Amino acid sequence: MVGDVSDLDPASDPREEPASRGVPGQVPAVPAGQVHAPIPAVAHDDVIDDAIENPVFITEKLSVSYGTSPAVLDVSLRVPEKQITAFIGPSGCGKSTIIRCFNRMNDLIPAARVEGTVRYHGVDLYGNEIDSVQVRKRIGMVFQKPNPFPKSIYDNIAFGPKVLGMKGSMDQIVEQALRRASLWDDVKDRLKDNAFGMSGGQQQRLCIARALATNPDVLLMDEPCSALDPISTGRIEDLMHELKETVSIVIVTHNMQQAARVSDRTAFFIVDMGSSEEARIGRLVEYGPTSRIFTNPHDIRTEEYVSGKFG
Amino acid sequence: MAIDSVASDAAGPSAESVFGPARRRIGEKVIAVVLFCAAATSVVITIGIVISLAGETLAFFADKAVSVSGFLTGAQWTPLFSDPQFGIRPLVQGTLIITGIALVVAIPLGIGTAAFLSEYASPRLRSALKPILELLAGVPTVVFGYFALTFFTPSILKGLLGMDVSVFNGLAGGIIVGVLIVPTVASVAEDAMSAVPQSLREGAYGLGASRRQVTVRVVVPAALSGITAGIVLGASRAVGETMVVLIAAGQVPTTSLDPRGPMETMTAFIGATGKGDVPTGSTGYKAIFAVGFALFLMTLILNAISIRFVRRYRQVYE
Repeated sequence: MVGDVSDLDPASDPREEPASRGVPGQVPAVPAGQVHAPIPAVAHDDVIDDAIENPVFITEKLSVSYGTSPAVLDVSLRVPEKQITAFIGPSGCGKSTIIRCFNRMNDLIPAARVEGTVRYHGVDLYGNEIDSVQVRKRIGMVFQKPNPFPKSIYDNIAFGPKVLGMKGSMDQIVEQALRRASLWDDVKDRLKDNAFGMSGGQQQRLCIARALATNPDVLLMDEPCSALDPISTGRIEDLMHELKETVSIVIVTHNMQQAARVSDRTAFFIVDMGSSEEARIGRLVEYGPTSRIFTNPHDIRTEEYVSGKFG
Repeated sequence: MAIDSVASDAAGPSAESVFGPARRRIGEKVIAVVLFCAAATSVVITIGIVISLAGETLAFFADKAVSVSGFLTGAQWTPLFSDPQFGIRPLVQGTLIITGIALVVAIPLGIGTAAFLSEYASPRLRSALKPILELLAGVPTVVFGYFALTFFTPSILKGLLGMDVSVFNGLAGGIIVGVLIVPTVASVAEDAMSAVPQSLREGAYGLGASRRQVTVRVVVPAALSGITAGIVLGASRAVGETMVVLIAAGQVPTTSLDPRGPMETMTAFIGATGKGDVPTGSTGYKAIFAVGFALFLMTLILNAISIRFVRRYRQVYE
């Protein structure tokens, strides 16, 4: 953990309270009373009151259930614009479920039911007049396992623009998307080759390029590196840093170090073990600037998780 | 010294002293032989069919009244006339026209059904519809034949559409053969489309594709090899279908291309002629086998083409 904390750029979030700033190379002492005090489900100070000026998403009491069993309950948070927001937590904590509400991907699962609200630039994403297809045109997604289409590299990138009926030179659109995903130099001589001939890391960057080709406003990344080796992972993380100039990114990750390395803000989810095995419910525990979550968590469960005591 | 003793030890114990006495498992061998015989049956029968077809076919061409060029190019098929003509073209043409009509019906209906079941239907609807579809495949073809002759031709083609068709006509035969093979096409195509990984669909939906776009641009291309297999299987059934065409399309070997008139397919000839009054060993009798052999070759070529097609265009998604 120590090394990861030192990787953080304390200046990345000017709104962060000075007291919470981590000292590089040292895990800061946490006031004991603060940690052990009875904790509300969510450390609301960062969720509602934090001065996120132009939130891309605001969720209020967002809950998702599959069939009759709730999967994740009462998530309220604000996702800032042009920053990287990481969702971390153990398996089954609902972090992927929540990210899939942001582009209404849960619509594809017939049994999924969404309650509460998700606002995208102030608009209720689950409003009656909202067309989920239109939503996904603005909000791109990269999945856990690279899922290129069984087509050429070129056709993979061109898929989105064609579906959207984008105007302009397709060659240019493809080149630009590949350049943004720093993949152009690798593949410019084999654009007609099947995408399945690429390495896993290249395939995932192709999927990022594919999502970027439609110029989305937000990029949702659902554990994008979990199937990749460390070098490919590093390249994707570098890429995310470049991309946040132009798009807002929400990343779900298993990997705390990754969240610490790439994100500006971190939301920590937990599995609430209910009375029975089936009643496992995901909850948001704490949300705030990444450097604070990792150095000065308000909730003991967050502290235990980020210091590697469980999960 | 120590090495010596190790070496002598290594040679010492027998396998039996370690593992116990070896057992001969006769049961395993019996089972292997029985299963091999089961697998070999279809191969042996296929070879037997080819040999019996080829033998009679050779005998047919050895006949003075028959020439190979006349068989392949002749436009008259009158094997039972006193002045017999053995030009197979009318039969091949009838077969191709009826198969063509059947495919025109079955390809859109079959793929449409498959796409609906795989991409649009709710799981409940799908589990209700698929058995019904497969039930349709189990209806005896003779029922379809009389359906074509007694209902489809008079009520639909003549009555509803006001077409000028003969009582026996290739159009009704072809359309009903098409309906007959829809379950085959749809079932195989649906399996292929359902097997397309959900991750590909999600990738496309995530880019803002509509359900139609996901189906047409991602699922169908990814499932193309399976869809093609379904079409080929359907086409093979259409080429080989006997009862419907025998009953509904008539037995007039003609070179007319008009499907509204009667026509005879290769299978209908075989079925009608094989029924009875041809003396065994006569040229007309041998003609049955020659036509059968030609039919065999046709399906073989059809399958070979489709295998090439599938290899060439299929999208491997793993």
